[in-house]
Amino acid sequence: MSAERNMPGKFKGLSLQVLPFSEMQGLTIAQRVKKILNLVLGNKIVILHGRLRPEEEARLIEDTMAMVDHVKSFKGIELAVIEPNLRNEGFFVRFKHNLAKKLVGDNSALTVIGPATVVKEIKRDPKKLEVMLG
Amino acid sequence: MFKLLKRFSARIFGGLFKRRENLRIGFYGPPNAGKTSLANRICKDWTGEEIGAVSAVPHETRNVQVKEKVEIKYKGKVMTFKLIDTPGIATKIDYENFLRFGLKKKVAKQRAKEATQGIIEAIKWLDDVDAVVVVIDATENPYSQVNITIIGNLVARKIPILVVGNKIDLKKADVKRIEGAFPEYEVVGISAKDGLNMDEFYEALFRLARKI
Repeated sequence: MSAERNMPGKFKGLSLQVLPFSEMQGLTIAQRVKKILNLVLGNKIVILHGRLRPEEEARLIEDTMAMVDHVKSFKGIELAVIEPNLRNEGFFVRFKHNLAKKLVGDNSALTVIGPATVVKEIKRDPKKLEVMLG
Repeated sequence: MFKLLKRFSARIFGGLFKRRENLRIGFYGPPNAGKTSLANRICKDWTGEEIGAVSAVPHETRNVQVKEKVEIKYKGKVMTFKLIDTPGIATKIDYENFLRFGLKKKVAKQRAKEATQGIIEAIKWLDDVDAVVVVIDATENPYSQVNITIIGNLVARKIPILVVGNKIDLKKADVKRIEGAFPEYEVVGISAKDGLNMDEFYEALFRLARKI
């Protein structure tokens, strides 16, 4: 699923790539990270339905650093996870959320990953997401 | 009977002592948070010598630095551990950022290359630490993805954590904000540069060691 939007000047060809949970399910850590990095190297901002596991985030940083070392003009990534803020919710809502998380995995979150040269900063707010383009 | 008791107590207390001797405590955090400044403060306080150079230029520490057998004697308690100071973890490295600090292009590029390798090395060391002091710049937003990734990885590996908010000597420092971001963990505000609040830090370090 790709929502491509041409932009003038230096952002020409920039596109968003939405990765649904189902597309990542069943992949190994290495395959997931490779899939994400291939998209980011293609100058895409990846919106992943769900969140990476901590070890996947660490692997993503490791592989990103290896790429920075080997791919000319690649400076790394911007990464942010947007999660619903349940701190002020009642017991029942939190219970329902945790149960769903256990049954189908944590797909209530969104993970945004983009090339550092394109994305200057990703600002998180429980109600909104701002992607500052460089 | 006496011999049996003696052997039993030697095993219990000897085991405890041995465990404390072999502790490996890692210092993790984003670049320029003051990990090496804190490691230097500790090493200087207890061994008389520093562990590494510090600088305003990010990624000054680009290799894991290890100080064997740092012995802290504090309020009648003794703790010996291996101090592991790691390069700052980041998701991006741009050599052009180093040029702003007056570095030559060639030197900046080399620094960037070494920094990327340092980050990989720091992540690999996560498998070889017993406890971690996460050092965060108290003047910065604590909700950064790097902080969240580091802490998430430590939780997944069941490694005890102490969060340190460094640079409390600066006006913009806000330790309460760090406490709000990581309410599950003990947070201590310090200034490694000026040695502020180090007593509270050492007490927290003993509490951290007890969790191992």
